[in-house]
Amino acid sequence: MHEFLTSVFDGVLDGYFYPFILEGMLLTVQVALLSLLLALVLGLVTAVAKLSASRAARTVANVYTTVIRGIPDIVLMFIIFFGGQVMVNDFGVWLLDLSEAHDWPVKLGWEYIEISAFTAGVFTIGFIFGAYMGETFRGGIMAVPRGEIEAGHAFGMSRAQVFFRITFPASVRHALPGFGNNWLVLAKTTALVSVIGLEDMVYRAASAGGAVRKPFTFYLAVAVLYLVITAVSDVGIRWLNRRYSVGVRNA
Amino acid sequence: MDLEVIVANLPLYVQGLWVTVQLVALALVAGLLLAVPLAILAASPNPAVQFLPKAYIYVMRGTPLLVQMYVIYFGLAQFDSVRESFLWPVLKEAYWCALLSFSLNTAGYTAEILRGAIQQTPFGEVEAGRACGMSRSVIYRRIILPSAFRRALPAYGNEVIFMLHGSAVAGVITIIDLFGAARIVNSRHFVPFDAFITAGLFYLALTFLIVGVFKVWEKRWFAHLNPREH
Repeated sequence: MHEFLTSVFDGVLDGYFYPFILEGMLLTVQVALLSLLLALVLGLVTAVAKLSASRAARTVANVYTTVIRGIPDIVLMFIIFFGGQVMVNDFGVWLLDLSEAHDWPVKLGWEYIEISAFTAGVFTIGFIFGAYMGETFRGGIMAVPRGEIEAGHAFGMSRAQVFFRITFPASVRHALPGFGNNWLVLAKTTALVSVIGLEDMVYRAASAGGAVRKPFTFYLAVAVLYLVITAVSDVGIRWLNRRYSVGVRNA
Repeated sequence: MDLEVIVANLPLYVQGLWVTVQLVALALVAGLLLAVPLAILAASPNPAVQFLPKAYIYVMRGTPLLVQMYVIYFGLAQFDSVRESFLWPVLKEAYWCALLSFSLNTAGYTAEILRGAIQQTPFGEVEAGRACGMSRSVIYRRIILPSAFRRALPAYGNEVIFMLHGSAVAGVITIIDLFGAARIVNSRHFVPFDAFITAGLFYLALTFLIVGVFKVWEKRWFAHLNPREH
């Protein structure tokens, strides 16, 4: 057993593990947190759209959540990373041609912009989990007792006031378990950004593992780091749960 | 959309579709076979028995499928003993590595679903079995597992969809599944939008199909819960 462990870990982890892999972990966490932020905003907008009286808003939101949840994240990432790149540049050139043809005083458009893997990764993951968050928040909002909302209206609050002061804060508790699950899945999904060339910890494990010919050791190390992220998140989610369940009595 | 390119490459997509369906179906069967004993052990009241299956479930659910697949596909070659073993002809193939990692992964998720369902078995049902003189294994086979499978069905439907979507990472390690086919079409013709959206539509269709099948199954298995028709 001792021999086996030395053959796996013999000296390779120092220098490579810290700082090389841990810096990659920092990037993983950055991507995860930024896309979470985007997903929260998109999710809230989606949930409100799904519950709105406007038929158009409901349809758009339903198409968004159905399509996103029906296609694998890695496929969506490639659509946005490669396809988005082409689309942004086609649009830029089109705008440029247009402004030159009509002699506009200000030249609009651009020749070539490169969307970085970081931007594409954050936008894709945020966009995907916005759909999942939308479903979670919708459930949370629907769980708020109707009487509380009516009470708000009776006090003369505007619709926006009712939403931000009553419906939203009261829905958080109901949405938290789903939110926690979504976050854990999101954190793991960040591993996919390594495929579009972002130097997260998976990408770095590949290069370090290749360099010292110990791929197993480095992928295992990354798996453990993901478990650390999961474990820390579990503690955080439990803390949030306690905070938002103050005053709720459990059997 | 460059429809001509897509139509010309449809056979490639169909071939990829077949590989995807095969991988997912085989992984689900192997995963389920592994998940049942795991779930029974994890549902045990004895902490010593619970420990290993629960640790397995935690690791499988706590790490990305991509990393699990890399550990098996790229990682195992690190050991001479693996490279010299009789299993090497199998383990050096991307296809079998993907299938192995998918099976182990879905076994973890499925075991967690089943564990929850087993623990929710109403105690009265178990008690009734005992009163009829059934042994523990008979109670598991005739009472606990059938009712747990039924309760687990909706959550298992979601897991099947997750497995389908997760299987796309196989395209990263040279397997020509649906996603791999789209990557080939893109690299040959440089039509990223068209190539990946086509693959996306195939996945979307498969997802709807799975949702539909599970709806039918739920209707049948939950028939006893429907309001009675007069």
